[in-house]
Amino acid sequence: MARRALAISTATSAAVAALVMLLVLAPIGAVGLRAGWPDGLGAADWAALRFTVFQAVLSAVFSAVLAIPVARALARRQFRGRGALVLLMGAPFILPVIVAVMGLLAVFGQSGILNTGLVALGLPPVQIYGLHGVVLAHVFFNLPLATRLLLQGWEAIPQERFRLAASLGMGPQEVLRWLEWPMLKERLPAVLLVVFLICLSSFAVALTLGGGPRATTLELAVYQAFHLEFDLGRAALLALVQLALVLSVGLAALRLGTLAGFGAGRGAMRQRWDVGALWLKAQDAFVLGLATCFIALPLAMVALRGFTALADLPASVWRAAGASLIIALCSTVLCIAAALALAAARGRWAEMVGLLGLAVSPLVLGTGLFLLINPYFSPQALALPITMVVNALMALPFALRIVGPEYARAEADFGRLADALGLKGLARLRRMILPQIRRALGFAAGLAAALSMGDLGVIALFADAETATLPLQVYRLMGAYRMEAAAGAALLLVGLSFGLFALFDWGGRRGADT
Amino acid sequence: MLTLEHVTYTQAGFALSAHWALEPEARVAIVGPSGAGKSTLLALIGGFLAPSAGRILWQGKDITDAAPSARPLANLFQEGNLFPHLTVFENAALGVNTRLKLSAAETARVQGALERVGLAGFEARKPAQLSGGQASRAALARALCQDKPLLLLDEPFAALGPALRREMLGLVGEIATEHKRAVLMVSHEPRDAVQFAQAVSVVAEGVAHAPQETNALFANPPQALRDYLGA
Repeated sequence: MARRALAISTATSAAVAALVMLLVLAPIGAVGLRAGWPDGLGAADWAALRFTVFQAVLSAVFSAVLAIPVARALARRQFRGRGALVLLMGAPFILPVIVAVMGLLAVFGQSGILNTGLVALGLPPVQIYGLHGVVLAHVFFNLPLATRLLLQGWEAIPQERFRLAASLGMGPQEVLRWLEWPMLKERLPAVLLVVFLICLSSFAVALTLGGGPRATTLELAVYQAFHLEFDLGRAALLALVQLALVLSVGLAALRLGTLAGFGAGRGAMRQRWDVGALWLKAQDAFVLGLATCFIALPLAMVALRGFTALADLPASVWRAAGASLIIALCSTVLCIAAALALAAARGRWAEMVGLLGLAVSPLVLGTGLFLLINPYFSPQALALPITMVVNALMALPFALRIVGPEYARAEADFGRLADALGLKGLARLRRMILPQIRRALGFAAGLAAALSMGDLGVIALFADAETATLPLQVYRLMGAYRMEAAAGAALLLVGLSFGLFALFDWGGRRGADT
Repeated sequence: MLTLEHVTYTQAGFALSAHWALEPEARVAIVGPSGAGKSTLLALIGGFLAPSAGRILWQGKDITDAAPSARPLANLFQEGNLFPHLTVFENAALGVNTRLKLSAAETARVQGALERVGLAGFEARKPAQLSGGQASRAALARALCQDKPLLLLDEPFAALGPALRREMLGLVGEIATEHKRAVLMVSHEPRDAVQFAQAVSVVAEGVAHAPQETNALFANPPQALRDYLGA
C-alpha cells in the first residue's frame, strides 16, 4: 500500500462518510423506535408482503428470461443502428417511472393501441391495472437492464472460443451448450437477483398501476398508511418490514458481487462464424424488432401525445418543472461531492457506506425523516430540501460505482508523480484527479441529475397541495383525468431528464484528454 | 494437396498475397518479421478471414468460401485451444463430435489420442489444473481427434521454454508422420524451422513466398530472409 500522506484529506472523507451514515441510519432508528412491537402485521400487511415478493419474482423471471434471446441476438449481429439500439437499452434506467407508465398506458391501457386493435378484431380488451400491469412495467424497465448485463456476459466470452468452436464445426446448438450456457449459468442468478431487488422497492409503478388490496406493494402500503390513514406507527412497521426484506436480499446480491457494472456493455460486435444460417438471421431480426417496439413504442406515444399539449401547459407544470430542476441540480452537486469524498478514501468501508443507499428505499428513508422532523418543524415546509437530500443519497451508490474505480486508476497512474511534486489537498484534486476522471464524473453527474429529476418517491410523502415536483405534478394531472396536460408535462419531464443527462455527459467528455 | 491460387488479402494499408501449393504430408514453416502476415496467411487458409481475391483449393476443389470446420484442417491457435470449463477428455472429444455423444469406438479413439500425447490419467482434469506443456498436449490430442489431413500451427507452443517447445514439435512431427498429416507452422524461431520443417515459406513485404527446401534456403538466403535473420 502506497503512502497516503499527500492524498486528499482523509478527515473530509470521514466526515462525509459519517454524514451519509447518519442520514441513513438515523431515519432507520426512528422507524425502528416508532414501530415498536405492536400487535404485529395485520392481514392486509401480510398481503402486501406477499404481493411485493410475488410480483418481484415474476418481474425478475420475465425480465431475465426474455433478455436471453435479445442479448444473444445483439451479441452475434452486426447491423446499422446496433449502437443506437444498445443505447436505447440504457434509456429506461434514467427514464422517469411516471413517463414510462404513461407510455405503457398509451400502448396497453384501456384505450391504448393494443386494445383498439383487439376490439377492432372483435376480441375482448385487456386490463392493465393490477398484477400484470405492475409486472409489465417492471419488465419494461428491467428487460433492457437484464439485456445489457447479459450482453456483457456474451462480450466476456473470449473471441478465441468462438474461433475454436468454428474450427470444430459447432452449430448454434453446440455453441449454446458449450459456450453460452456456461456463461448464462454463471450470470443469470445475479441478473435475476438484481431485478428482484429493484422490483422489491417498487413504489411509483405500484402507485399508478397497482393499488387495491390485491396489488399493493409494501412501499405503497407505507405511503397509504401515511397519507390515507395517517397511522405513523403502522407506516413505521411496514417500513421496517420493507427494510428487512431489501436488506436481506441486498446482502445476498452483494455476496454474489452483482451490483457492479450498471453502466457498460456496448463494446463492438465481434466476428462470428457460426451464425450465417438464414433462419437464425430471421429469428434474431424478429426478436430485436419485438424488443425495440416494446421499448420504443411507449416512448414514441408519450412524445406523440405530449407534443400538441406542450404549447399550453398549465402554469403549475412550469412551476413544478422549475422546482424539479433546482432539486435535481442541487442533489447532483451533493451526490457528486459525496462520491468524490468517499472515492478519495479508497477503502472498503467507504464503498460500503456508499452502498447504504441501496439498502433503504426512498419511502423508508422518508418515513424516518418525517418521524425525526415532525416534532420540531413542519415536514411539508421542508419537502423540497428533503427530496434533494434523499435523491442524492439514492444516486450515491451508482455515482460511487462509476467514479470510484476511475479515481483509483488516476491515483495508481499518477499518484507517485503527484507525491513527488508535493501535490496535495485541493490542488491535487483540481490538477490531477478531476481532469483524469472527468469523463466518469460527467456520466455519474448525468445519472444523478436524471434520476433525481424523474424521482417520484419521497416527495409524494411530504408534499402538500402547493408543492410539487414535475413527476408528482404529472401524477396529479393523471389523477384528475387531465390526460392531455399530463402527456405534455410527461414529455417536458422526459426532455429535461434526458437533457440533463446528455448535458453532463457531454460536459464530461468534452475536453477529456485521457 | 492444398493450393493457394493468387490469393490476396488487403485491408487498410496491409496487403498479403500467396500463390503456391502445399504437397501432401509436407511440413512447412512460415517465417518472417512480425506484422508481415504470417498469422493472416494461416487465418486465410483456416477460413477465419476471407481473401479479397483468388481461390483456395483442396484436391482441386474450391474451398475459398467453406466454413472453417468444413475445411480439411485442424487448428492449433496461439491461445484459447481449450475450453476451461470442460475436462481434458471432453476437450479432446470435441474433435470427434461437438455434441459429445461418443460411440464406444470413438471413446477409445479419444483415449488413444490422449495416451499418444502422454496424457493418460489426466482425462478428468480441467485445463486450469494442467501445466503449459500438458495443455499443449491436450490441444494436440484434440487436433489429432479431428482427423484432418492438414494441421495448422499458429505458434501454439510460443509460451513454452525452448526445450519443451522442441519436445512438443518433435511430438507433432512424429504424429504427423504416423497419421500422414501435412503441417503448416508459423514460427519465430529459425532453429525450430530448421529442426522441424522440410521447407520454409518466407513472408515479407506483402508476399508469402512459395516454400523452399529448408537447408538450401538457409544456405543461400534471399534478401528478405537475410533482413529478417539479421545476418
